[in-house]
Amino acid sequence: MSDVVGTRGIVVAHGSMAEGLVDAVRRIAGGAADALSPLSNEGLSPLDLKDALDRLAGDEPTIVFADLMSGSCGMAALVSARDSSGRAVVCGVNLPILLDFVFHRDMPVDELVPRLLGKGRDGIRTLPTPC
Amino acid sequence: MPIVLLRVDERLIHGQVVLGWGSQLRPDRYLVVDDLLAASDWEQELYRLGAGESEVVFAGVAEAREHLQEWRDSASRSILLTRDVATVRALAGGGLLRGVSVNLGGLHHGPGRREALSYLHLSDEDRASLAALEADGVQIFAQDLPDAHKVPLRSVLGG
Repeated sequence: MSDVVGTRGIVVAHGSMAEGLVDAVRRIAGGAADALSPLSNEGLSPLDLKDALDRLAGDEPTIVFADLMSGSCGMAALVSARDSSGRAVVCGVNLPILLDFVFHRDMPVDELVPRLLGKGRDGIRTLPTPC
Repeated sequence: MPIVLLRVDERLIHGQVVLGWGSQLRPDRYLVVDDLLAASDWEQELYRLGAGESEVVFAGVAEAREHLQEWRDSASRSILLTRDVATVRALAGGGLLRGVSVNLGGLHHGPGRREALSYLHLSDEDRASLAALEADGVQIFAQDLPDAHKVPLRSVLGG
């Protein structure tokens, strides 16, 4: 288990994507991945998904990482954050975002979230540049 | 153009609708018929985030019944969404949906609901309402995505 105290993360996504992303973080970052909990929307109604997010987050400061803002996962995350203090949402999650999160989750959330958005965007590249 | 898809899906505007159906049907707008949402500005904002550049209209059932013919006659291609069977039944009262196809796209497990298909769980009341709608001339089928098998209501209900 990671001993770092800080914001927790929940990855919520379609199918098995969340589990796969958290597994990938664990393979790269080891126990630091304990800060992340995966959640699939499979078989869950919008309300059930929001309730599952609330249960996982509890009263701890939490960032919810959703796959698609326009999907049921993003919607549930946004509703959950609206109803709770200390919860932020990052949509369009990718591996660079999660890797940076697990190593910097002791930062204040208002500084951490912009940092994570930058890492996520910077991680999307094409090389060489298409003609 | 008429309403190009009338769908029951408790997730309303979401990936399957916007990307799955939207990429094929190319709607100009989404018509969301729901009494609670029609009265909730902040929830409407959330759903608008999911619709991209398409227009989104929210209406309660009574308002929707008033505008249904206008929506059908409009030049705009529309996808009409409700989040439950009861709303469709209320919308259809008086034969307003006679001859119209209704797509059952996503109802999850919940109290009193039994699985009919992996993406469709229906209560006894839902089943009775759907049977009544079909008896009133509404064409009902289940299909989560455009390339998925289209399941007629009689198969959904196990008849």
